[in-house]
Amino acid sequence: MLEIFGKTRIDFVGKRYLFFTLSGVLVSLGLFALVQISRGAANLGIDFAGGAAVQLRFDRPVRIDEARRVLEKNGIRDAELQQFTGGDRLLVRMKHQEITGGLADQLAKVLGSEIPDSHPLVESSTEIGPTVGEKLRRDAVVAVAVSVGAIVVYIAMRFELRFGVAAAIATFHDVLAVLGAFYLMNKEINLLILTALLTLGGYSLTDTVVVFDRIRENLRARRREPLEEVINAGINQVLSRTAVVSLTVFLVLVALFFWGGEVIHDFALALILGVIVGTYSSWFVASPLLLIWRKTQGRLLRRA
Amino acid sequence: MKKGIRWRLGLIGITVVLSFVFFLPSTPLYARFPGWWGKFLPNKGITLGLDLQGGMHLVLEVQGEKAVDNALDRAVNGIKDLLTEKKIGVESVQRVGREIAVTLGTNASGADEANRIIRDSYPGFSSITSGGSKLLFSMKPSEANRIMEAATSQALETIRNRIDQFGVTEPLIQRQGPQQILVQLPGIKDSQRAIELIGKTALLEFKLVDDQSPLFRSFPPRVAADEESKVLKEFEGKVPPDDQILFERIVDKESKNVVFKRPYLVKKNAAMSGDTLTDARVSIDQDNQPFVAITFDGTGARIFEKITGEYRGKQLAIVLDNTIYSAPVIKDRIPGGRAQITGGFSPQEANDLAIILRAGALPAPVKIIQNVTVGPSLGADSIRKGILAGVVGTGFVVVFMVLYYRLSGLIADFNLVLNVILLIGAMAYLNATLTLPGIAGIILAVGMSVDSNVLIFERIREELREQKPVRMAVEAGYDKAFLTIIDSHVTTLITAFVLFIFGTGPIKGFAVSLSLGVCINLFTSLVGTKVIFDMVNSRRKIQRLSI
Repeated sequence: MLEIFGKTRIDFVGKRYLFFTLSGVLVSLGLFALVQISRGAANLGIDFAGGAAVQLRFDRPVRIDEARRVLEKNGIRDAELQQFTGGDRLLVRMKHQEITGGLADQLAKVLGSEIPDSHPLVESSTEIGPTVGEKLRRDAVVAVAVSVGAIVVYIAMRFELRFGVAAAIATFHDVLAVLGAFYLMNKEINLLILTALLTLGGYSLTDTVVVFDRIRENLRARRREPLEEVINAGINQVLSRTAVVSLTVFLVLVALFFWGGEVIHDFALALILGVIVGTYSSWFVASPLLLIWRKTQGRLLRRA
Repeated sequence: MKKGIRWRLGLIGITVVLSFVFFLPSTPLYARFPGWWGKFLPNKGITLGLDLQGGMHLVLEVQGEKAVDNALDRAVNGIKDLLTEKKIGVESVQRVGREIAVTLGTNASGADEANRIIRDSYPGFSSITSGGSKLLFSMKPSEANRIMEAATSQALETIRNRIDQFGVTEPLIQRQGPQQILVQLPGIKDSQRAIELIGKTALLEFKLVDDQSPLFRSFPPRVAADEESKVLKEFEGKVPPDDQILFERIVDKESKNVVFKRPYLVKKNAAMSGDTLTDARVSIDQDNQPFVAITFDGTGARIFEKITGEYRGKQLAIVLDNTIYSAPVIKDRIPGGRAQITGGFSPQEANDLAIILRAGALPAPVKIIQNVTVGPSLGADSIRKGILAGVVGTGFVVVFMVLYYRLSGLIADFNLVLNVILLIGAMAYLNATLTLPGIAGIILAVGMSVDSNVLIFERIREELREQKPVRMAVEAGYDKAFLTIIDSHVTTLITAFVLFIFGTGPIKGFAVSLSLGVCINLFTSLVGTKVIFDMVNSRRKIQRLSI
């Protein structure tokens, strides 16, 4: 039988403060990113910030500075330009203005008339008024809160409250870590990325639940032994399977990352980071957290 | 065969066949199927979302406040007429914000009577003061709300009418909240034209030109198209209270561009409005220029006849959304209720105008608050990329499973394939909308689907390590892993469900594929793969399991 990890005896619990520190850094980064987002100081997609994004395809590669010059000459300033691989596709992003429906055609006309042989074609255009963006931001916060709340309740029901809280903290940790990473990389944070964050929140619990399950099984079987050892043994026992479970999803996400196209690209990246962090937190963070909450000396499970 | 194997295999077989049946309408093959197929079996298949098929997604906000203002203005005129009819002398009726101030004439004795009359005819207003000769009424909030609510409903119907005539296949027009309307037009090519068609308020009015006024004679005969505001500012404050300045658009015959504007002084109160129109058709005049021929109903025809009879020799401005399209001189009384709207239209403009007039005016202006348009080429591109990524990703997982779990891995791969088939079938049955994130969701569900198999296999390996016999190891593996599998699926489902509730369009598509994928996986991993193990086990006693 092929095994990723053989019989291991890693001391997860003993070194927990080291990992808590690392996680603390990740979480602080994420919280900082969150603050910046609410201040509007992060790279927010137009889903949240309002504005317009027009994607144009040209017959030949067009340089960004050339396009920007043409736009500015025609009175269109403050446009953010982004080029896609190949150089013949341009994404023009602008801040909010009144939606008339003619923006995309206007951009195409201006660029097409001043850049020879470009023949721009509007591939897609998205215009979102500011009120819609605001509502979306509020909805997003509610969605995250409801998700995490529901998860805590479910885990608490299936295990115990302490497990539920530990799982919730691990989930928050994972989501914040990926958010922080995206902020650091200055990647656009839009609705699709939010979807990725929520999805990874739900998914990272898979690993966590597997570990908790084993720990609970061990706790029932090995009541005399010190808590630290039982938890350690539990994590070590499920090391292989949690790794494989994460690996299979990782493989699929890698395919999406490289071959899925621009829209899916960042989405896949968020999930890839999420899977990595999620596995890390299941091993190094979620279970040791249980230790912090023991009520009576050594007893973790109230109901056996 | 061991009991239970047969019906489980049967169940799997049936679901697979059904999946193919449900998915069929999405394939080109379907066209060759006989008609009765579509009657008894689902005949819609999977719908492609806008981001995959191309099209337009609009969210409009009905400016209900304006509808309330309009209602107040109409009430002002109505009250004036009503009091005059009842022979109560009235000096002025004016609108002040959301209130109407009625000032009765000095020789009016019937302040109370006036109050009563107005309250009876206008139940939506409540009286604030009724002392002496000044009456003040304000519109009740419930009435204002009713008007705004009705405005949205009416706007919905009008827009639906316009789109019906425009000829888009399978448009989606629905109300989204108290003041918002969602419009989706799949496959539309000319988005600019569609927006104009949908968003035009199309208020048609006939206003008399005040050609007696010396002010009018001092207007410049025409100005450049963008100098409207200059003219308005120049004559600000000199305009009599009953009049307003409107501009006629003068179009260049060749280029069809609006090159000049001609200012007119018109009576503010429309002599007639376009709400009695019964028909509007495009026609060509002797210069080969398109125009719109309109027909009024009985009431409208009578009013039109009266106006044209009374104001012979005067100019009647035909006003659409506060722009004059033409201002012909009334030559004769016109019975029969027909008129022409000319204005240098292109054939397309005339056609669109006829559509709008036939469908009716919007009760209040609409503002576009969201506009997403996707061209068809991008959609096809996305589908290709999605399928490629899916195939590659699935390939990775399939190979890995065989390498790591050997023959059992192959069983897990069979589970994966089953998942994909059933998932597509389920989506087709539910006529779900497939979006690009939805494709990602399917692929993700594929990746997650083998997870349950991994958990089961690892348990089986554990049992085997403890030297348990194969059959027991397999049973124990499935038993012990069962609850963990349920837990992990439920947690993913919770977030998918939240996404479904809060998400729109593409996000909803993702939530749907992920949820369906996870649910189907519960079925296939617990029933589907077990049945194979059982089948193998029941034949002969297996000593070693390839796992």
